[in-house]
Amino acid sequence: MMTTANIYDILETVTDPEVPVLTILDLGIVRDVQIIDDTTVHVTITPTYSGCPAMNTISIQIRLALMQEGFRNIHIHTVLTPAWTTDWMTPAGKDKLKAYGIAPPQYAAKPRTGLFDEPMVQCPQCNSFNTRLISEFGSTSCKALYQCNDCKEPFDYFKCH
Amino acid sequence: MTNESLFHYTLHLADTALVMGHRLSEWIGHAPQLEIEMALANQGLDFIGQARSLYQYAAEVEGKARTEDDLAYLRDVWDFKNTLLTELPNGDFGATIARNLYYSLFMEAFFQQLQKSTDSQLAAIAEKSVKEMTYHARYSSEWTIRLGDGTEESRIRMQKGIEDMWPFTGEMFVPAAYEQALIQAGVAVDVAALHAAWKQRVQEVLDEATLEMPADCWMQEGGKTGRHSEHLGFLLAEMQFLQRAYPGATW
Repeated sequence: MMTTANIYDILETVTDPEVPVLTILDLGIVRDVQIIDDTTVHVTITPTYSGCPAMNTISIQIRLALMQEGFRNIHIHTVLTPAWTTDWMTPAGKDKLKAYGIAPPQYAAKPRTGLFDEPMVQCPQCNSFNTRLISEFGSTSCKALYQCNDCKEPFDYFKCH
Repeated sequence: MTNESLFHYTLHLADTALVMGHRLSEWIGHAPQLEIEMALANQGLDFIGQARSLYQYAAEVEGKARTEDDLAYLRDVWDFKNTLLTELPNGDFGATIARNLYYSLFMEAFFQQLQKSTDSQLAAIAEKSVKEMTYHARYSSEWTIRLGDGTEESRIRMQKGIEDMWPFTGEMFVPAAYEQALIQAGVAVDVAALHAAWKQRVQEVLDEATLEMPADCWMQEGGKTGRHSEHLGFLLAEMQFLQRAYPGATW
């Protein structure tokens, strides 16, 4: 019979539809796996942001991946607590983000209430720290838009959350 | 505290989030800058996500096999329990930012308290949502300051937004009857207790923005119990049109 380690290997093939270099394990959204028998498995996931539209697609992909391995009774549960945080993103995930051209979250996530302050973000192209915030809200809930003042390239920053 | 109170309370929270999400979505295609458009759309998406979690929970609490979609799309004005502030038209960017400022500063404090609810699902939703509200509060505060301490025109418009939205802020701090019962049970947030600190935060932002704090005035109420302004009807007509015209439609 398959072990939970086998299931995690299968889940490693499921990627974030918006950032396809990241697997759902890199993101830290898989919270639990329970195998009941050869055909029955429970997977618990948690959403990144409340309105993240990728969660539906990810659920479907998880289901398909497990069906391909012979599971028929697949139960996918979504939990909200403990709330997902970028602190759960793996170091490998952060490296993949940077290679893909997205600045990874670098700091421990904590609430920032100071107005007009900008976290120092390194350019994923030229590694300069001389960058500026264009908008705290980017193409997806998890990303902010920055520009490098040295190489002039715009880039997405995966926000610490 | 009854199941019915919890159902009404959860609907109130869900309706408020949904109406805010809808109002923010109305800026898509019209925002002053592309970055502002993305920001308002992102914030609207946060609210829709919160609304979904709350509607799903409300359906569970009701226990009559209604779905999140039934609750969002098939109820009419008198059944909606959103606060009046959220159903007001967007107006210009100054008015939108004023409304968002009042609402996001309130909701940040609200969710911080709701995390301590004896209802574990509400506490979980609050834990998730409070982080998002921190972004919203920062965004609204920064734009209030930029516009207030900006040009003569931006200052006039921002001040007008602050004044026009003000009479609708009181309702957030007055608990409805269903809220009162739940406050006693440790389920709901004691919203009256949030008022002083909220006013203080608003004052700080307006001071930084060189804007005038509005004078105390009569506060509008009724949204939490289904007595709405004429604006909600138009909003629902647009939002619910597809489900009403094609009942049961799915993607």
